Amino acid sequence: MANTAAPGGKTEPGIKAIRLRHPWRNTFAVVLVLIALLFIADAAMRPAYDWPAVGKYLFDQRISQAAFVTLQLTVYSMIIAIILGVTLAIMRLSPNPVVNSIAWVYLWVFRGTPVYVQLVFWGLIGTIYQSIDIGLPFTEPWVSFPTRVALSAFVLAIIGLALNEAAYMAEIVRAGLLSVDSGQEEAATALGMSWFQTMVRVVVPQSMRVIIPPAGNEVISMLKTTSLVTAIPFTLELYTRSRDIAAVTFDTVPMLIVASIWYLFFTSILMVGQYFLEKRFARGIGDRRPDKKTDDTTATITGVTPVVGSGRPTVVLPAADPPKGDH
Amino acid sequence: MRATVDIPMVVADRVSKSFGSNEVLKSISLEVKRGEVMCLVGPSGSGKSTFLRCINHLEVVSAGRLSVDGELIGYRETNNKLYEMRPKEAARQRRDIGMVFQRFNLFPHMTALQNVMEAPIRVKGLSKAGVEANARALLARVGLAERADYYPAHLSGGQQQRVAIARALAMEPKLMLFDEPTSALDPELVGEVLDVMQGLARDGMTMIVVTHEMGFAREVADSLVFMDGGVVVESGVPTEVLANPQHERTRAFLSKVL
Repeated sequence: MANTAAPGGKTEPGIKAIRLRHPWRNTFAVVLVLIALLFIADAAMRPAYDWPAVGKYLFDQRISQAAFVTLQLTVYSMIIAIILGVTLAIMRLSPNPVVNSIAWVYLWVFRGTPVYVQLVFWGLIGTIYQSIDIGLPFTEPWVSFPTRVALSAFVLAIIGLALNEAAYMAEIVRAGLLSVDSGQEEAATALGMSWFQTMVRVVVPQSMRVIIPPAGNEVISMLKTTSLVTAIPFTLELYTRSRDIAAVTFDTVPMLIVASIWYLFFTSILMVGQYFLEKRFARGIGDRRPDKKTDDTTATITGVTPVVGSGRPTVVLPAADPPKGDH
Repeated sequence: MRATVDIPMVVADRVSKSFGSNEVLKSISLEVKRGEVMCLVGPSGSGKSTFLRCINHLEVVSAGRLSVDGELIGYRETNNKLYEMRPKEAARQRRDIGMVFQRFNLFPHMTALQNVMEAPIRVKGLSKAGVEANARALLARVGLAERADYYPAHLSGGQQQRVAIARALAMEPKLMLFDEPTSALDPELVGEVLDVMQGLARDGMTMIVVTHEMGFAREVADSLVFMDGGVVVESGVPTEVLANPQHERTRAFLSKVL
């Protein structure tokens, strides 16, 4: 054995002791595994699940098309929701009381009513506002077209989902922006950076660390909320489409499983995406140095967190109680 | 108005500042000449940091006039009327005034090098290659050439503050403001930051330093201003003020910090 003695001392012999047993822990684990196995075995046999039908419809073209529509609904409404949410968050932080109040009322309405109710409303928009007129108020419109023609059920579904989601995104973004230490904005300002540069280069990248986890939740939640657009009514997305097929073939349970598998597939992809985004915006926050190759090897050999820097590790996160300069 | 060499770098003329009903600066008048190093000392709450922040318009003065290099800060004067500046104009004035903060305020998502390069690229619109060479030179000047690719979280407090100084210098300011640059540091790291500041002073930079480091004030500063309760109590050559304070309040303060 290599001489691993610490300078100035002999190596102490490792502690040899009988390890503490955890019999109940093990028993509980075994019971859980048995229950799970029983359930799986039972499910595999149970005729109501009708696995051959699941296999048959999983890649049915109608289903995969509907899955694609669901994905489109999610992506489009999320993009609009993020843009609108960022706008609302900045409005909420505005010193102008009118701007601030408008954003507050928006949040109050769209968070305070069920998304299903909102979607029914959007479905009725063509009845409430029969035509869309462009022109000056109280004069003959320059252009006028019927609402039902201008806004398809697909567009209404996106609008309905996006406007609801924007209210939630606004609060997430606002929390993120507020999480960045005010010293950051001050430092950027003192360097002569404009408000916009300060936001884009300094505040927003740092707030992303706080924004991404809940925003990822929202995307996954949105993917599932798309099943509510049947309220519009819009029927081409995954859930409604599989219900419609089931209504004809009476394969209700297998069709639900098919839809669930597709939803799980998409959420899994989204979770992977979220992981990489989080990693990207954790730059400078984690405990790794740029010369991490050397650090990593020591870390794997010793199993110890790399010792940071040559001095003490200093973290520039907003402290719970930051030291105040005098005024 | 064009600045000429004989105009002092900073002129404060009866500057006052209130936060609500709380008057933190009461009619401060002082001048800082080109190349002068001025130390502002005084107890907490005496208004020295606020005064410093007024100089680059991070705080807006309530009364009086403050000008840097002959240019009124925060306002435009036309026909004897003052107009509040647009954010863009205020930002242009701040470019020429470097500031170093007590808590460093480095951008944690950028490496030391990126921190130094950020403002020259974004604010001055300079080309990346030239800026990078200059940034590396500045990091070398503060003794951190080796640490260019480190994130702030992996630097010690003293190293972070030196990067912050390099970041401010990258804009080639004509005036540097230091707001208690060593107060957040472990005692053994204070020296490395003060050394860098001393080097700057030697190179002729005009500096205003809010500090509790009386040794630095004595050795490096050309003038020392003692503030208390929002007023300038006493000012003069550091060695004289420190050795022979004229006011009771100055004596009481110095007896605690020296």
